[in-house]
Amino acid sequence: MSDTTQSPGVRLPLSTLRFKAMATKVSVGPLSVLAGLLLWHVASLYTSPLFLPSPLTVWRTALEMLADGSLLESVAASAWRIAAGWAAGVAVGVPLGVFMGRFPVIRLMVDPYIEFFRFIPPIAFVTLAVIWLGPGEITKIALIFYTTVFIVTLNTIAGVKAVNPLRLQAARSLGANAISEMTTVILPSTVPFMVTGARIAMGNSFLTVVSAEIVSAQTGLGAMIWTARNFARTDWVFVGIIALGILGYVFDRVLRLASNKLLNRYQ
Amino acid sequence: MQGASISLDHVGISFGDAQIVSNVNLEIRPGEFICLLGPSGCGKSTLLNAIAGFLPVQGRIEVNESPVTGPGLDRGVVFQSAEVLFPWLTIRENVEYGLRLRGTPALARREKADHFLGLVGLTHAAEKFPAQLSGGMRQRAQIARVLINEPHVVLMDEPFGALDAQTREVLQVELDRIWRESGCTIVFVTHDIWEALLLADRVVVMTAGPRAGIKTIETIDLPHPRDQGSSECLALFRRLRDDIGAEVKQALRQQGLNREPV
Repeated sequence: MSDTTQSPGVRLPLSTLRFKAMATKVSVGPLSVLAGLLLWHVASLYTSPLFLPSPLTVWRTALEMLADGSLLESVAASAWRIAAGWAAGVAVGVPLGVFMGRFPVIRLMVDPYIEFFRFIPPIAFVTLAVIWLGPGEITKIALIFYTTVFIVTLNTIAGVKAVNPLRLQAARSLGANAISEMTTVILPSTVPFMVTGARIAMGNSFLTVVSAEIVSAQTGLGAMIWTARNFARTDWVFVGIIALGILGYVFDRVLRLASNKLLNRYQ
Repeated sequence: MQGASISLDHVGISFGDAQIVSNVNLEIRPGEFICLLGPSGCGKSTLLNAIAGFLPVQGRIEVNESPVTGPGLDRGVVFQSAEVLFPWLTIRENVEYGLRLRGTPALARREKADHFLGLVGLTHAAEKFPAQLSGGMRQRAQIARVLINEPHVVLMDEPFGALDAQTREVLQVELDRIWRESGCTIVFVTHDIWEALLLADRVVVMTAGPRAGIKTIETIDLPHPRDQGSSECLALFRRLRDDIGAEVKQALRQQGLNREPV
């Protein structure tokens, strides 16, 4: 690239331009966060801590909760439920989607249920889940599984249907049978759809875990946020919300890195 | 590699109620290079897909005297779109695909792939992915992927149609060489008269659809590699152009596009 694209008269060397672009890239995000924190702080000066605790208060509370282990315990409980329910949902949703996409009979059979249940939010099943599965871990995991399985299945079906029919013809004329066609063409073609489904499902699992924990859990970030009510600790609520945000960011990052690393050639 | 004979006996193809191709009779000798030439939409690709075994037909299609009932390893297919290469496999893995399906050991696979990658001039690009190659290179990769199976018949559906003129010329000459080295039978669909003249032993001109059939068959009895500037070539070109011109005009008239001047 040339360095002649600026306004006439001003000529900066290329390295300076590059440095400026880099500096902009790394500084704007953090500066924006800083500004947000400042705004929050100013707003908290004019309200009561019960209504809006200041960032500093929340920070101190977070440190306390880290020190006594309650924050990590909550994060671990929620993270474990999400990971388990989500993984089980992906493990069932992918093969289900492949079979439904590939065999119209199976699709016709399962379709009415999928179309019916996918509009019912998992939260609507919390009560039933507790009645049927009890108050234990399995209830929360089952609800997250339910959240995940639909999204992954529907995305995988879309992926299977989007397989280029010419590629299937090519595979057939190169000697593929029904099974090798599935393993060597359909599955690899569908990977990007599966990854997208899994990522969306991860986001929705966070919604579900909080509502499930609010209704029926002693541990977890949802339970922590709900318990704060009994002690009038708005700062706990803030710690819980921030922890959720960070946890979600970390999960999504890990998922993206893993899929880029392992599934790069299928994108 | 040995070419196979192909025999089309009263072949018709329909989609639902629409008869696309009707009553095609054609005998193709082993090792012959046949070009199917005709206006676009006339059903040449449909006929090719039928020989490939992708479509059910009325009548009979036989390859080496055994009836075609579906896709088979004896007939390789080169598609117009290089999209049929698997983007998640390297060029080498794409070329080795057929051998891998049949469980050929890795070493033998590698040796054979090297041979066919060399034949199409892609040795240097073996470890690249299709998206990293130009259109012409991708088509050559497709040809190598088909040839490695050593098919008796290679069916090509406008394989150079999407390429620029220069690349197309180079690949036409290469295909001519590969065909003579391999001895396989080739059925090649095109709407480019020059391309047909350069490559074919016989040019089969098809009528405009629907109910497309064979209009004329022109034998090109000229030595390879051919000189398109020779007087025989020019005379053949004129004849084919007039044959196809009439069909194109009819096709356009059917679509209501071309009114004869009053």
